[in-house]
Amino acid sequence: MSEEKTFVDDINRSVYDIRDEEKDAYRLEEGLTEEIVKKISEEKNDPEWMRDFRLECLKIYNSLEVPQWGPGIEGLDMDHISTYVRPNTKMKNTWDEVPEDIKNTFERLGIPEAERASLAGVGAQYDSELVYHNVMKEVEEQGVVYTDFESALKGEYADMVKEHFMKLLVPSDHKFNALHGTVWSGGSFVYVPKGVKVSIPLQSYFRLNAKGAGQFEHTLIIVDEGADLHFIEGCSAPKYNVANLHSGCVELFVGKNARLRYSTIENWSKNMYNLNSKRAIVEENGRMEWVSGSFGSHVSYLYPSTILKGDNSTMEYTGITFAGEGQNLDTGMKVIHAGKNTSSVVNTRSISKSGGISTTRTSVQVLPKAKGSKSVVSCESLMVDNISRSDTIPVMDIRCDDADVGHEASIGSIPDDAVFYLMSRGLSEADARALIVSGFADNVSRELPMEYAAEMNNLIRLEMKGTIG
Amino acid sequence: MSKETLTIEKLCVRIGEKEILKGLDLKVCEGETHVIMGPNGAGKSTLGNTLMGKSEYEVTSGKITFMGEDLLAMSTDERARKGLFMSFQNPVEVPGVRLSEFVRNTCEAMGEKMSLWNFKKAAGEQMKVLGMDKTYLDRELNVGFSGGEKKKAEIFQLLMLKPKLAILDETDSGLDVDAVRTVSEGVKAYQEQTGGSLIIITHSTRILESLKVDRVHVIADGTIVCEGDSSLVDEINENGFEKYIGK
Repeated sequence: MSEEKTFVDDINRSVYDIRDEEKDAYRLEEGLTEEIVKKISEEKNDPEWMRDFRLECLKIYNSLEVPQWGPGIEGLDMDHISTYVRPNTKMKNTWDEVPEDIKNTFERLGIPEAERASLAGVGAQYDSELVYHNVMKEVEEQGVVYTDFESALKGEYADMVKEHFMKLLVPSDHKFNALHGTVWSGGSFVYVPKGVKVSIPLQSYFRLNAKGAGQFEHTLIIVDEGADLHFIEGCSAPKYNVANLHSGCVELFVGKNARLRYSTIENWSKNMYNLNSKRAIVEENGRMEWVSGSFGSHVSYLYPSTILKGDNSTMEYTGITFAGEGQNLDTGMKVIHAGKNTSSVVNTRSISKSGGISTTRTSVQVLPKAKGSKSVVSCESLMVDNISRSDTIPVMDIRCDDADVGHEASIGSIPDDAVFYLMSRGLSEADARALIVSGFADNVSRELPMEYAAEMNNLIRLEMKGTIG
Repeated sequence: MSKETLTIEKLCVRIGEKEILKGLDLKVCEGETHVIMGPNGAGKSTLGNTLMGKSEYEVTSGKITFMGEDLLAMSTDERARKGLFMSFQNPVEVPGVRLSEFVRNTCEAMGEKMSLWNFKKAAGEQMKVLGMDKTYLDRELNVGFSGGEKKKAEIFQLLMLKPKLAILDETDSGLDVDAVRTVSEGVKAYQEQTGGSLIIITHSTRILESLKVDRVHVIADGTIVCEGDSSLVDEINENGFEKYIGK
């Protein structure tokens, strides 16, 4: 087995662990006070209402306790997390204008290829600021707005942003929403006008660079009546020893007869606390589709939720979570059936290995007026070894006598006869196991655009290699 | 004399406490096709699984030389990469893994890196031999395949991987006449395309009808009790294994 070990050591994880020299001239003192919040607001040139909003959120933040019901987050010390780091570059519209070191990092992460392949626009976030933003002409001509959040606050759609900003994810929901409202920075705003069908996916690629820096990007997507959009959010971050916090917010508004697909592959570094909030509200006959892959981070709390407000609205959630050594990933989803004849289909898979802990929480709520609603939840877990842990915690709250709600869960291991079968065709044990595990993740990979599916399979392979030797 | 591909000397194998093979000898030369017949429980499948290196099969004594090297010192995947192949009696279902993805991976493991285009072209040609529809490639490996589809998929892999020696473990069992004929066509194509050797384990004879057979061995109670040329197949067809049992 010593040979296998050498192989493990040789794995080139470097493309995911690139770390550039921190060049930011500007770095706020660590910790969080009213002074700092004012400084952030001033530096960002916030409208007045936003400044007041931030200060209000700070009060709420200080009044709320850290959640106690999930994985421990004692490793987080907010007093030592500098919340805002700005790279020494302004917004860029073309790839050529992006500084060389930042460009190299992105190039190694494969962003330009992805763009060339099929993506309509790139809004890549470097630290807390957007450095590169590009929307292809045809999408722009359709009237689609895709811009960084700071511009959105001041531009033509300022009122629309104000009307929707943190209305779905309210600051008082939990401490980290309040924190987000206080220090949020960067992110994307997308508006798809009535009836516009965006034929190619819009993409945003986030990553964290600076040591000890939190990232609090805000994503607001409004898909108007009868419109159609696929938005892809991809994350990757280099590895650091200092605890890193990510607490982004994603708010999605799906109009009548509209459809939104929101795909994410998260691959945060293994020291990251990923406390992310995502919520969608769907109007009559609208459709929300979530495709979610959670790989990295030390601790994750991630439960995208959907409010099926309008009659006949639907949602589908497809997710995979991979918890390796030292990881405690608490993921899942929440759906609230409020309108009549609404339906939800949920398919989650979780993989745990090398002592990793994966918990899948699902919550289905059917309100009294949601007559004729249907929900099917299926959770499958795969334990790669016998030192890992996997839990499934379903909650069903049905307050309507005419609803059809189902839940099934299963747990399994990698069958020896399958490993033998694949090895008999020349695959090494590690490759055989990795292939079986990537097959298990097929529910998500078949929903992703090809280059993302390939990246995800690559990630699974990297994660799996560590199991042998 | 032609080159020896496989030499088995005095092979003893057990599963748990039960001794299955009791001193079996077998020699297969380059390009030869050997048939192993025998009643249920004689040790036919044990021979195949032992050659492929399945862990429950414990070799207690004996020696196996494959392509001039000690086969027993190799792991299952090393044996495969050396040119050994086994068509499984019950191919395992692997959910979520597409047949094309799997076969492309195995071709790569064998050192044959192909572009997607070339792979599809090569796969298409071999599938034509087996009368397989191209949509097969997008299906999950063996998942929901009928018995015949599974065996065809095995022979398809045989044709793609082009091993030096292929063991067919009851590839014909449970198949209807047409499926046996198709599988047999595939095996014939393997013989013609690669000149590789074959060990065909079977307890029926239909698969052999259109194949050139060099040697037939009858296994009973863990050893080879009778050997002969292809005429032995007809003899067994007529009289069964009765006279070899309890010998």
